[in-house]
Amino acid sequence: MIALPFAPQTAVLVVPVVAAAVLAALPGYRLTARINVLASLLTLLAALSLFVTERPPAGSYLFIDDLNIVFIVLNTFVGFTASVFSASYIGHELHTGRLTAANLRFYHAMYQIMLFGMNLALVANNIGLMWVAVELATLTTVVMVGIYRTHEALEAAWKYFILGSVGIALALFGTILVYMAAQPEVVGEGYDAMVWTLLVERAATFDPALLNLAFVFLLLGYGTKVGLAPLHAWLPDAHAEGPTPISAVLSGLLLNVALYVVLRFKILLAASPEAIAPGPLMVTMGLASLIFAAFMLYRRRDIKRLFAYSSIEHMGIIVFAFGMGGPLANFAGLLHMVMHSLTKSAIFYAVGHIAQVKGTQAIADIRGLTETHPVLGWGFLVGAVAIAGLPPLGIFMSEFLLVSSTFSTEPLLAVALVFGLLVALGAIFLRTTAIAFGEPTGSTAPVEASYVPMFAHLALVLVAGLYLPPPLVGWFQHVAGLLG
Amino acid sequence: MNGSLTFDIAHMLAGGLVLVSFMLLYQDRLYALLNVYALHALVLSLSVAWQAHIQGAPHLYVTAAIALVFKAIVIPMALHRIVRRLGIHRDIEAVVGVGRTMLAGMGLVALSMVVMLRATPEADPLARADLAFALSVVLLGLLVMVTRRNAVSQVVGFMALENGLVLAATGARGMPLVVEISVAFSILIAFIVIGIFLFRIRERFDTVDIGALDQFRGERR
Repeated sequence: MIALPFAPQTAVLVVPVVAAAVLAALPGYRLTARINVLASLLTLLAALSLFVTERPPAGSYLFIDDLNIVFIVLNTFVGFTASVFSASYIGHELHTGRLTAANLRFYHAMYQIMLFGMNLALVANNIGLMWVAVELATLTTVVMVGIYRTHEALEAAWKYFILGSVGIALALFGTILVYMAAQPEVVGEGYDAMVWTLLVERAATFDPALLNLAFVFLLLGYGTKVGLAPLHAWLPDAHAEGPTPISAVLSGLLLNVALYVVLRFKILLAASPEAIAPGPLMVTMGLASLIFAAFMLYRRRDIKRLFAYSSIEHMGIIVFAFGMGGPLANFAGLLHMVMHSLTKSAIFYAVGHIAQVKGTQAIADIRGLTETHPVLGWGFLVGAVAIAGLPPLGIFMSEFLLVSSTFSTEPLLAVALVFGLLVALGAIFLRTTAIAFGEPTGSTAPVEASYVPMFAHLALVLVAGLYLPPPLVGWFQHVAGLLG
Repeated sequence: MNGSLTFDIAHMLAGGLVLVSFMLLYQDRLYALLNVYALHALVLSLSVAWQAHIQGAPHLYVTAAIALVFKAIVIPMALHRIVRRLGIHRDIEAVVGVGRTMLAGMGLVALSMVVMLRATPEADPLARADLAFALSVVLLGLLVMVTRRNAVSQVVGFMALENGLVLAATGARGMPLVVEISVAFSILIAFIVIGIFLFRIRERFDTVDIGALDQFRGERR
């Protein structure tokens, strides 16, 4: 263990806040884009240092355990690569006049505040603070979705805002109910009754009926943020109308953060023997999202919307996996979550450049991409193959694990799961082959893109599909055990 | 003061909030809706102040003051102005079947009573009743949101919902962060109101006209 001069869990919060203040003050997009990348890199390094430094005991506001480290590292990593992608993407938007310099200042500051909100939700040990952090992250993404100020963008932001607010309100009601369930006789009044680590220790003595009710509200509330059907209506609009780096961050990170909060409460419920099992609820919602989104994929004509629905599908799979529970399904869920974040953000990096160079998001107007832009086209295709769940990439591995573990416990559910997966595979295959091959259409102008983030993600997904290093497997198995 | 009177007053105020929520359901003019909402916030502020008194929790007076100044006065006035500026003050909103909406509202209240009272047999009776009323207010707020088409009335529905949450939070004895949460919500609402004003959002964008829908979503071919 190495002693650092600062506490890393504080650094992942302080760096984004300071960066946001600096970025809000500085003009000039080249400099601010670089500072944005630098700040995201520093946050990533702070997050990585969590592995090697000694962990402080859980405080009443912040804490670090084996579960949230996984999320924090993934969060800061994708946050960093998205900032690299954003730097090249934004330059083009400024050039074409879709965004102004003043917009960009705001954009960069909001980007860092969003990272702060997500990191805060992940390290929070207080269920009230967790709620505030998720609200903060949501608000910042709302303003970023509406940044283009077009009619469609404002519509998407408004819809996201209203649905997100309802979700957050239901989640707060659930949080209050958890506090009530941990009635003063058990934990004591005041702050202690909202500290997650204390709650879990004493969950066995909680009022089970109240806890059940609380979980229903929490699942619906935070489930809106996860994008579970039927609460998903905001998600495709928000993905399609906002800037593409934000689509990548929404799919890759914000959905995970909301899922993380649901998992925290699931652990709480599992610690109370008389409460209902949260599993069946999550399995039902997950499966419904998967099958619904799989069919919806066929009707999509907008490339960003297509992959937004695919995010709903994959979040459904992940929630299904955690709902099934048990070491193997939890392991598959964790792996799938990581792989989905990496793959989906890589796809959005590609899609962002595709939409910029072709000047459209309509699938029908993008043809023969592998001929006009080979690097971009093949990169996109690899991402699409990965997201469809074909071997030898990482998502195939996690889906395979999930299907086989489900077959051994609930064969009927496994049939439904496989059905959903195949339907989605067909849709992705149909749409992406049309984009990648065929008679080339649209502009053939060279694209000024940074391919590094995209290929870095795809390489990680490929490596994970072929070989998972034993320490990583051990870590995931340990976390899967924690999740029960 | 004797225990049963404090209980009765708290009960009456929380019940009053449910009643005012019902009044929101059948208003078909925007100004009337805003006035009823101001009344809603006033009742909430009285209820929170009463809780602050009986729980001996002075910080709750801050929440009550926020409810009174911000929600009962500032926000309704701002919305009045917006309604006038947007020129929708003469609009009569076709509330989808008042009778059916009221029936649905009664169903929701009955549901929340059954759920909450059954779930909390051992809890303190005041907290129980408060939670049941709060859940009713939350659900009625949601009902207002889904039955309205106009952005301003949707926001009113959301604010009514949020009042229910504040009622729940103050009813939970000794709950920390209540003041912070009510401030956070006020900021959120201010954001929404500014959003309506800046972007002149008149209508909820959902429409029964599928053609328009596809156009909005960029998926028309």
